[in-house]
Amino acid sequence: MKLLIKGAEIIDPAGKNAGRNDILVEDGVIREIGKPSAAGAEVLDASGLKAAPGLVDIHVHFRDPGYEYKENVATGLRAASAGGFTSVVCMPNTKPDIDTKSVAKYVNDKARAAGLGRLFIAGAISKKREGAELAEIGDMMNEGIVAVTDDGNPVMNAQLMRRALEYTKMFGIPVMSHAEDKNLAGAGVMNEGMVSTTIGMRPIPKEAETVMVLRDIELAALTGGRLHLTHISSAESVDAVRRAKARGLRVTCDVTPHHLVLTDESVMGFDTATKVNPPLRDENDRQALIAGLLDGTIDAIASDHAPHAVHEKEVSYDDAPFGLVGLETTLAVLVTRLVETGAAPLELLISKLTSGPAAVLGLNAGALAPGAPADIVLFDPAAEWTVDASKFFSKGRNCPFNGWRVRGKVAATVAAGKVVFKDGAFV
Amino acid sequence: MDRNLIRIRTLDKEDITKILDQSKVFLEILDRPIKKVPALRGKVVVTLFFEPSTRTRMSFELAAKMLSADVLNFAASTSSAVKGESLKDTALTMKALGADYIVVRHTHTGAPEFIAKQGDFRVINGGDGFGEHPTQALLDLFTIRQKLGRLEGLNVAIMGDIAHSRVARSNIFALTKMGANVRLVAPPTMLPVNIEKLGAQVHYRPDAIFEDTDVLYLLRVQTERQKDSLLPSLKEYAELFGVNGDLLSKFKKDVIVMHPGPINRGVEISHDVADGNDTYIEEQVRNGLVVRMAVLYLLEGGKEAAHEAVN
Repeated sequence: MKLLIKGAEIIDPAGKNAGRNDILVEDGVIREIGKPSAAGAEVLDASGLKAAPGLVDIHVHFRDPGYEYKENVATGLRAASAGGFTSVVCMPNTKPDIDTKSVAKYVNDKARAAGLGRLFIAGAISKKREGAELAEIGDMMNEGIVAVTDDGNPVMNAQLMRRALEYTKMFGIPVMSHAEDKNLAGAGVMNEGMVSTTIGMRPIPKEAETVMVLRDIELAALTGGRLHLTHISSAESVDAVRRAKARGLRVTCDVTPHHLVLTDESVMGFDTATKVNPPLRDENDRQALIAGLLDGTIDAIASDHAPHAVHEKEVSYDDAPFGLVGLETTLAVLVTRLVETGAAPLELLISKLTSGPAAVLGLNAGALAPGAPADIVLFDPAAEWTVDASKFFSKGRNCPFNGWRVRGKVAATVAAGKVVFKDGAFV
Repeated sequence: MDRNLIRIRTLDKEDITKILDQSKVFLEILDRPIKKVPALRGKVVVTLFFEPSTRTRMSFELAAKMLSADVLNFAASTSSAVKGESLKDTALTMKALGADYIVVRHTHTGAPEFIAKQGDFRVINGGDGFGEHPTQALLDLFTIRQKLGRLEGLNVAIMGDIAHSRVARSNIFALTKMGANVRLVAPPTMLPVNIEKLGAQVHYRPDAIFEDTDVLYLLRVQTERQKDSLLPSLKEYAELFGVNGDLLSKFKKDVIVMHPGPINRGVEISHDVADGNDTYIEEQVRNGLVVRMAVLYLLEGGKEAAHEAVN
């Protein structure tokens, strides 16, 4: 089967194929970029649209198995496709946890059945993510896990973290750290600062993150292991990663769209969709995160898509679980709040949503070049729309961007050479 | 005024003055043989308390009754909340029962805003988490004004666990809006970050405020703070911050002592000070009643002349 995508303005993070060109796709692979013949090909008119590699999100929660009422693999993948994502990495905090090969296989099987883009798995670092003993990481490698993490549960035991960074060296996968000192974070529900003081909420100091970022970096130095710090949120974390990279350590990091565009001021209205871990920080942190993106300290943007049922979030702020959904809004929110404000160029953001995260985990994704997998997103950066969480393909409605007027809309998503999503509907 | 009273933070000086002036009008009623006016006749006031409370709840209940409202009491410990009914469903039940006012006390900051979203009733915050306790601050201001004749320019010291006190937060907002100078005295573990940016001076020891404090406002120190390592022991707190006759004698002679209650005798306040002549804890309770009457009355749309309700 051949598909010819005609007339799109190509954004190629590698830079070689940028410009207005046609893309010929065959058997799930990009064959040619330029002016290939349309003979025998289905033609997709993409004039006026941008074409970028299918987006890559290395931090999502699909809640499957165990919490299918919040999301499942199929609905999660639909949300991803609708948002332009063709590769996602699922976190292991399911029930049971993804801490064995058999649970990983269950998730992989469900993803194959859904047939929408590629799902990768980050297995657990420790059995049941309890932070006590290493999980069977080698066995999970048989199901293709691309990282290990106890995400949601920080690894408080430094010795276990050391062992994880050592042990994974033989598989070449990173340890993904949710950096948070649980004792310092305590029962906090929001960032510690002027807003928590003003409204009177239990605070989480950003140092709860910083001390663990610093610990993990030193353990990476000790072991020579591969460390990925996920959803860093503070200016100090960005500095720490910058210094670690300057030392030549094998350290990478990602940041979420919500930490790039929101601050703890958003918590003042007690909207539980703003309750997220790490919490929304202050403007100084937000600016530091943007600076970290611009200077290359931050490798990737990841949504930390964390759906919850409506009734779980329709409670007091303290009672609400942490987490918000992002897959269907990431592109538009970044275009609207960073590109249109001049804070960051579109090409840079696309690289942080494609080649950047692919490189962090060694995924064959994030390139728009002949020979690359035919995962492509077509979008109109100028198209305006209003975020309506009730219309999400995700089961999650917990979105702090609900009601926002945004620009940047996915026109079509091509996964493995097939148009899977077009003009707001699944094909 | 807004339709609800949830935060002092969002009020302005005129709102506060209006409530205090109206409270003064209602104070006359307390001296009448029949302590009742018809201002809220036919209205349903629900007190929705998810935390134990004696004075606030009884004060609201009596205030509503003196305005001739029908009052329903909801106590979480004896209600469907113990069966796991959500806050949303509880609020919807109150809406279905035709509540015109919901007075809410909850352990979580922001719970009053959440309830306000569930219906068109008027919501009064009876204390939320570490957030605010607006009617407490209003009755405190009323009491200070009654005793000292003004608020502007007074030096008011609040001593105790500022970080975990909704009373402190509402009083900081209220007093600074009215032009008083607020000093906070607490061990650093009990001071939230950047609190001085709300317009208050911060001191770690009481000796810094002996000289010119007009009002010494003490907060209840809770036993569980010991567990959180905010304090080594209540005994040590009493040694460092407890107000007894000796300590009080170092203050200005005419300093007045206030406390939102319930007091911990022997911790933040000694029995001799609690029962002494400089202390106005009982006046605070009595004034709480008229302040709550004023709030209920003004939220009802009491645009008409303040005296009308009394006549």
